[in-house]
Amino acid sequence: MGTTLATRPKESAPKPHRHSRSTPVRHRNWLGGAAGWIWLVIVIVPIYWIVITSFKSQSTYYATNPLLPPGDPTLQNYALVIASDFPLYFLNSIIVTVGAVVPAVAVSFMASFAIVRGNSRFLKSVNSLFLMGLAIPLQATIIPIYLIIIRLSLYDSLLGMILPSIAFAIPLSVLVLSNFIRDIPKELFESMRLDGATEWGTLWRLALPLTRPAVVTVTIYNALTIWNGFLLPLILTQSPDKRTLPLALWSFQGQYSVNVPAVLASVLLTSLPILILYVFGRRQILSGLTAGFGK
Amino acid sequence: MSTVATPASTATASRQRGRGGSLGWMAVPALVLFTGFGVIPLIGVLALSFTSWDGLGEIQVSGFDSWRAVLADPGLPHALWVTFLVMALSWAFQTPLSILLGVFLAGQQRYRAVLSVLYFIPLLLSSAAIAITYKALLDPNFGLGAGLQIPLLVQDWLGEPVLAFGVVIFVVSWQFIPFHSLIYQGGVRQIPRSMYEAAELDGAGRIRKFFSITLPQLKYTVITSSTLMVVGSLTFFDLIFVLTAGGPGDATRVLALDMYKRGFQANLMGPASAIAVILVLVGLVLALLLRRIGGGSDSDSQLEGA
Repeated sequence: MGTTLATRPKESAPKPHRHSRSTPVRHRNWLGGAAGWIWLVIVIVPIYWIVITSFKSQSTYYATNPLLPPGDPTLQNYALVIASDFPLYFLNSIIVTVGAVVPAVAVSFMASFAIVRGNSRFLKSVNSLFLMGLAIPLQATIIPIYLIIIRLSLYDSLLGMILPSIAFAIPLSVLVLSNFIRDIPKELFESMRLDGATEWGTLWRLALPLTRPAVVTVTIYNALTIWNGFLLPLILTQSPDKRTLPLALWSFQGQYSVNVPAVLASVLLTSLPILILYVFGRRQILSGLTAGFGK
Repeated sequence: MSTVATPASTATASRQRGRGGSLGWMAVPALVLFTGFGVIPLIGVLALSFTSWDGLGEIQVSGFDSWRAVLADPGLPHALWVTFLVMALSWAFQTPLSILLGVFLAGQQRYRAVLSVLYFIPLLLSSAAIAITYKALLDPNFGLGAGLQIPLLVQDWLGEPVLAFGVVIFVVSWQFIPFHSLIYQGGVRQIPRSMYEAAELDGAGRIRKFFSITLPQLKYTVITSSTLMVVGSLTFFDLIFVLTAGGPGDATRVLALDMYKRGFQANLMGPASAIAVILVLVGLVLALLLRRIGGGSDSDSQLEGA
């Protein structure tokens, strides 16, 4: 699937033909319209239910219509969630996400730059290694990762989750970033060189500014994947104070499964940061989510 | 770069080759990290499948014992079958809906843009959060059905094998249809308007246009999206683990879950590694197969004949 990825930039290139609407509107698309609105209901109802239920007390929840908003909204569920160490799990998630995404994007950017600019045999094989890496499912390698992390004495530590997360972010990041760096006109590199810039200087002063949208996209994609990751924390941690949010959610749910409003408050609270980001950076997040898959 | 073959480049060429070498170090950090936690584990999983290890003690070489145990276990064909079913059904459910929604979203009306913003919310949530929500929502005693007192909705959704299976497919679709319809939206928007105009001149109706222009033009998008769906379906670990934990019984025990349970719950890392190897092989075979169907080169052929 390698070559089909990362074709985003070309889409925005001006192509007069495609500017005109491609779906004819003369005939109405009844089927599509119906599907569109039905799907909206399917998506929104559970989300609406999460939001209203999280403000109900446990007793009102059982006594009232589950789709009606609470008459006397309460914050007690949120208080319970916050009292259950969620601020700590939140902090863990932030540390793991930032600690993995920043180095992952940095090393991927350097590698992409080298792959595009250099043409040594070494760099070519590095590139094909990363391309192959796209096909490796993370969970299939989890047992050796568990073994390696134990041998490195990193079991039950945040760093133990960070290192494999970086590794698994690299292949797709390199693919997307190198596609964007390749689009930079050769003349710009040439004039940098004539100005006496080093490759390192060219990376910082030319490649990075020109590919900033791609860097943001890759950062968002990786951040979401790692923030929402469940398997690595499940396998590589043991003590409650090392949990990240998805794992904490799971154990909270196990503990309070009868208290539906509290469970839903935990779901909402842990998803809130991303939802807030979505409100502000919708465009970036959407392109980040598809990471150039759109073709 | 070999493509810059300007006349005055003999000196430059050698300098560039030199620099090409000096660029190599920039790839080293990524290479080291990926090798350490990607390549070595991949080799390691094959090696571990020939050992026995309980996850804590000594690792002992045990030849083909794990493989014999795994291949003789009726659990394996079952897990393979369940994995295949999840893959096939989630594909069959998601693809038509994603195409339909993608075509719909490709229209430039404002309200459709608003709809697409709402559609994508599930993609932002973690699989754990989604699974927990649906578990609560479908609970026969405390869930939505019980609260609304609609008998049809009051089922033991996660307690009956067939229902639980259906729920898994539905939740997977709930989570991923937005993503795939986004891919199709992009695909539809790239179909040249002129093709539709020509068809309209020939008097083609809406349905005719869909089947003779939109769908064939989306061929490569269908392949991309299907590849992601099929290969991705091998990795529905979090969702199924939290939602059903493979149950009821073994009804939703896919390969990934089978691996986890053997390895981390039954402490049989050897057989679990053998399952992981099978998982990798299944993924590779599928990826290659879909590539073959796609005809290998998928550069810009979407616009052939436009």
